[in-house]
Amino acid sequence: MRLRRWAIILPLLCAFLVSCSPNSNDRPGRKHTITIAGSTSVMPFTEKLAEHFVVDHKNFIIDVQGGGSTAGIQAVINNTVDLGMSSRELKEGEKTLNTITICHDGIVVVVHPENPVTEMGLDQVRQIFSGRISNWSQLGWKDRKIDAVSREEGSGTRSAFEDLVMKGKEINDATMVQDSNGSVKEVVATDPYAIGYISMGLVDKKVKPVAIDGVSPSIKTIKSGRYKIVRPFLYITNGELEPKARQFVDYILSKEGQTILKNEGLVGFYD
Amino acid sequence: MRINPRIINRLVRMGLNVQAFFTVGILIIIIAIIFFKGFPHMSFAFIFSFPEDMGREGGIFPSIVGTIQLALLSILFATPLGLGTAIFLTEYTRESLFTKLIRFGVESLAGIPSILYGLFGFIFFVIKLKMGWSLLAGVLTMTIMILPTIIRTSEEAIRAVPRQLRIVSYSLSASKWETIKKVVLPAAMPGILTGIMLSIGRAVGETAAIIFTMGSSLRLPLSVMDSGRTMAVHFYILAREGISMEKAYGTAVVLVLSILLINILAYYIMNKAIARYS
Amino acid sequence: MIDRTVFKERFVKWVLVAFALSSLLFLFLIFLFILAEGLPLFLKVGVKNIIFGFKWAPTKGYFGIFPMIISSFLVTIGALVIGAPMGLSCAIYLSEYSGKKMKMFLKPALELLAGIPSVVFGFLGVIYIVPLVRNYLGGSGFSLISTSLVLGVMILPTIISISFDALVSVPKTYREGSAAMGATKWQTIYKVIIPSAKSGILASFILGMGRAIGETMAVIMIAGNALKIPGSILDPLRTLTGNIALELAYATGDHRLGLFSTGVVLMVIIMILNYIANFGIKRKIAK
Repeated sequence: MRLRRWAIILPLLCAFLVSCSPNSNDRPGRKHTITIAGSTSVMPFTEKLAEHFVVDHKNFIIDVQGGGSTAGIQAVINNTVDLGMSSRELKEGEKTLNTITICHDGIVVVVHPENPVTEMGLDQVRQIFSGRISNWSQLGWKDRKIDAVSREEGSGTRSAFEDLVMKGKEINDATMVQDSNGSVKEVVATDPYAIGYISMGLVDKKVKPVAIDGVSPSIKTIKSGRYKIVRPFLYITNGELEPKARQFVDYILSKEGQTILKNEGLVGFYD
Repeated sequence: MRINPRIINRLVRMGLNVQAFFTVGILIIIIAIIFFKGFPHMSFAFIFSFPEDMGREGGIFPSIVGTIQLALLSILFATPLGLGTAIFLTEYTRESLFTKLIRFGVESLAGIPSILYGLFGFIFFVIKLKMGWSLLAGVLTMTIMILPTIIRTSEEAIRAVPRQLRIVSYSLSASKWETIKKVVLPAAMPGILTGIMLSIGRAVGETAAIIFTMGSSLRLPLSVMDSGRTMAVHFYILAREGISMEKAYGTAVVLVLSILLINILAYYIMNKAIARYS
Repeated sequence: MIDRTVFKERFVKWVLVAFALSSLLFLFLIFLFILAEGLPLFLKVGVKNIIFGFKWAPTKGYFGIFPMIISSFLVTIGALVIGAPMGLSCAIYLSEYSGKKMKMFLKPALELLAGIPSVVFGFLGVIYIVPLVRNYLGGSGFSLISTSLVLGVMILPTIISISFDALVSVPKTYREGSAAMGATKWQTIYKVIIPSAKSGILASFILGMGRAIGETMAVIMIAGNALKIPGSILDPLRTLTGNIALELAYATGDHRLGLFSTGVVLMVIIMILNYIANFGIKRKIAK
């Protein structure tokens, strides 16, 4: 009686444990795994690229994690991932790593679609986020407090925004903070009086992009150099790329990969 | 003028009535919103297919598997530990400084908020033990989190087993461990199961501790070293990043429904157990 | 044969002792690792500059979390203002007024409320409470009051179940004595039962506070996470838990240590609250 019970339980348990056994992917003849971690701005596009890549490369598994630019760079230094993603340039002390620019991305200042303001100067954006301008009436709309939304400390988008827009001025403490492009967009999409900045690839009908100094953000204006708030999307490696990761990077840099990025609203290397 | 105490009494009674139903009303509203908004997006295909385009399309199959793996493996670790502690506290000692110390430990663990479990799991399992964001790190963190629940409910259940049962067993010259194994534990089983079910519910609904230990990879975790998403984490990301409200509501239905079923089952078992001894 | 049984008994006992010690071991490990990561920064930057510092810019060397400590207490008090009266009156209704059948329905229903994941509360808060506050009260809606409202509901199950236990453990003779003197039911509750269950009720409030101050996911979704101490109930704010959850994934170096320092402060607050609830208040539960 007792034996019989175990005769049922044990095989089940074994099956369960085997299915959970470590490194099931590293067995010979099995799939190659490429692990990628870093910027949450680059992550959605990497996932998209990975989805397309594995269609033709069935023996690959691509494991994409967020974590943020800084964490991604750190993971590359510690060799815990094959590729790091960064949405900011490397800082001093990180310069020993190799970078591969996969495309460029505009940072777009966005407001609610109902907001009539369509244009501002770069200095006005700076003043909004530093707290000098705090009312929409100062920008020619109704007398209502501006709900500015920024990103958290450590974010690549914030760091790029600080370099390109704030230029040494500090972002005001009263500014709301969200921890991803997506959640900034959600706040702006629901709050008519909000203003935020997000990756150009994420702009859709839910939010309205604002022209900066008369230039509206688009792939064209970025390519011609007229839209200035642009940062690179980087893949980071420690030393030479491994062949398996090389294949994925080559795919991204190919016409096919770049077309995918372009369709997502990013600025690739082809037209 | 003094108002008649009887009138006050009646007013209070009415007020409390309204209040109690208002509170239950909140629960009903929450469940109703989730169900009405979510059911149209839930289907067989939604549950059994893989997400596409970061969850904007497709289903939630990997996150369901991730949730089940997390809950079952944590229970697998926490049950022996928790049950063992409960047996020790009830059967093997009298109240002493030592049991007080253990109770203090259990109480303190129960009071620690999940974000601190997240911090601990992140630094200890993910970084120091080099597990990376993985199912294993999530499971171990979750094991510690649910341990107090299992200990408390098992202890109560074991204490509720009538003394006579033990005495009869001893009189049949059974040893202490035999008595526990053959008499006490089977009698306390419903209560213990309740604790296990409640713990599963907790593991299914947890986010803060899991997102920093298990990560948020969308793929199906095939080994314990793989990162994965539970339904709660998937729902959080879908909703917060505004990826897809339809899919978020759909995920919420599956999530809330499974937690409700688990908890209802837990109370059902508990009520049966109470009915047995009273 | 007898030796074997004795041996087995002893073996079992020691295994159980080891299991029982595991909780203490885990608690010790949690303390050890959070302190080991969190304390060095206190030594480096100074306790004063962290706990009483106003500026949080960890990538630039500022680690002040004073505004977050204040904000955490503000939402907690807000949650209590909403949750305590609701929870207590629910508990009174359950223990004194409701019939047995009603209780059989209400109690599990309230326990189910405790099972709803905090992300679901946060999500519904963002979708329904935040726009409501924005449209009718002003501000962005991501605010102290929205967060307090949602947390107030989230702590209800804790407050109800613990104060319910305290109320039902008041001896029946108290009620009978009071009724015999011609008091109405409410007079009995108000003058006799609540005072004698006072410590348990207080403990339920404090444990509710612990729950509110430790809540994370719902809070970062609703609070708006601005660093400033809110000037009004309509302003956004960032709690200690929110600070950790927002930035942990991104942080390295001193920034990460700063988040563990935030964790240390949170842990100390929680331990104090739990200590008060469990040991400081002598709960007179007459069993």
